[in-house]
Amino acid sequence: MKAEGKVFKFGDNVDTDVIIPARYLNSSDPAELAKHCMEDIDKDFVSKVSKGDIIVANKNFGCGSSREHAPISIKAAGVSCVIAETFARIFYRNSINIGLPIIECPEAAKEISDGDEISVDFNTGIITNKTTGKSYEGQAFPEFMQNLINAGGLINYINNK
Amino acid sequence: MGMTMTQKILAAHAGLQSVKAGQLIEADLDLVLGNDITSPVAIHEMDKMKLNKVFDKDKIALVPDHFVPNKDIKSAEHCKCVREFAAKHDITNYFEVGEMGIEHALLPESGLTVAGDVIIGADSHTCTYGALGAFSTGVGSTDMAAGMATGKAWFKVPSAIKFNLTGKLKPWVSGKDVILHIIGKIGVDGALYKSMEFSGEGVSSLTMDDRFTIANMAIEAGGKNGIFPVDDLARAYMKEHSKRDFVEYSADPDAEYDEVIDIDLSSLESTVSFPHLPENTHVVGTFDDIEIDQVVIGSCTNGRIDDLRCAAKILDGRHVKKGLRVIIIPATQKIYMQAIKEGLIETFIKAGAVVSTPTCGPCLGGYMGILASGEKCVSTTNRNFVGRMGAIDSEIYLASPAVAAASAITGKISKPSDLGL
Repeated sequence: MKAEGKVFKFGDNVDTDVIIPARYLNSSDPAELAKHCMEDIDKDFVSKVSKGDIIVANKNFGCGSSREHAPISIKAAGVSCVIAETFARIFYRNSINIGLPIIECPEAAKEISDGDEISVDFNTGIITNKTTGKSYEGQAFPEFMQNLINAGGLINYINNK
Repeated sequence: MGMTMTQKILAAHAGLQSVKAGQLIEADLDLVLGNDITSPVAIHEMDKMKLNKVFDKDKIALVPDHFVPNKDIKSAEHCKCVREFAAKHDITNYFEVGEMGIEHALLPESGLTVAGDVIIGADSHTCTYGALGAFSTGVGSTDMAAGMATGKAWFKVPSAIKFNLTGKLKPWVSGKDVILHIIGKIGVDGALYKSMEFSGEGVSSLTMDDRFTIANMAIEAGGKNGIFPVDDLARAYMKEHSKRDFVEYSADPDAEYDEVIDIDLSSLESTVSFPHLPENTHVVGTFDDIEIDQVVIGSCTNGRIDDLRCAAKILDGRHVKKGLRVIIIPATQKIYMQAIKEGLIETFIKAGAVVSTPTCGPCLGGYMGILASGEKCVSTTNRNFVGRMGAIDSEIYLASPAVAAASAITGKISKPSDLGL
């Protein structure tokens, strides 16, 4: 399993209200949520992001509410992976559960810049910055979690068992 | 090595003698909760499951409260989805408009949450029930779906920070000031992945409503849960509200903590969190005048009877500043009724405030008090993120009911002593 794409870089404490503002929570349709992904922190994000692109952020990404709509909107917007120094715990759980791969790697999160081209190997946890040539070791996903992500989330994974 | 209070509850629900921080466990659930925002996503996930039935119709609580009474057609469709699911599965604890309240005020009041429980809720403020000595934590909709179907959830056993409370709060200083002070001290990720265990002789001087407010905002420090020891006050509360037996756990004397933080309650002052993070705390009186456009008193954090009584004491015989909007929202129907009986609602209306039926509405920028561009609001809610209550350049100042009510009179961020109280 691998992700590859251009980086959209964010800072500390990106909260679920800016990832998907509550004014859009009267919908739970992924395609509808994707239209407003990151709207209150970068209103042009949706028009700039391409399928496969990667979000990199600093500490406590996804803090705030338990809305699963936040990782759903990120995944549906085409983002292939989120890398951060740390994640808020509910966001972490939700992302894995819906099959959005996310990796904690403080060094990569600090050094990777907006617009860099990077790749992530989920088998090894290796993050490679193709723009600078530098590599980082993030945590690898154990096999069950890769299977869970490949299945598209927890529910399909339980069904497949 | 001994266990923390949280670890003991988790061990018991996983069928284990002991657990330690970092261990992955599967625990039995006493209650699974969802609201009108998160339940439709969970219901949709459950529809995809081969096991499309609930594990126990008495141990699921469905509380439409965020955009209820329905604010628009899409919200109405969400509520309809929850209502139909509740009927199909004969869910005992589904709360229709008229019976409802904000979930985290409603469930303890309805006796559905007691000491020793393990509770998950698809709402981040599910950590509120720690005030009663339960382990409760927020999860997403997929975890809610799996919980409703299987009655189990997996957890990583958390380590803990112990908050040793001493002394007694000054007049007009409340649980909200305690938790804002703590978040200001440790930051919005200061307790990331951890339990916040409150203990010490200072606990006994805190009312139950203070404790609910403190546990409620554990998530605002990144915490997995916040939890209080069970004392006579908590026992009396549970006996009054619940028919369920409860189990009391207490931390072992040799429990291991990542950190112990001493808080002298008598040293705390009225505290406000500036935009746009709850950790941006300032003591009222130490900053220049901040003129405001709106005041909100309510939410799962501060919409309980103590909060309304406190606001009414300040608003009684006074009038809100001309041009200011003051919105007061009792958290449940029962609290609303109590406030009517005590004359609090009359006090609010005479003072020039508007009073609403229970709803989360303005707290998350849903409806009932959305802010326009550049507007400022003092709010007793729990989050002041960018755009949380409306326009992305509006500002939220988080505060206690006492500060909110005093600010309603002066039109700028104030404390009761500014009014001679």
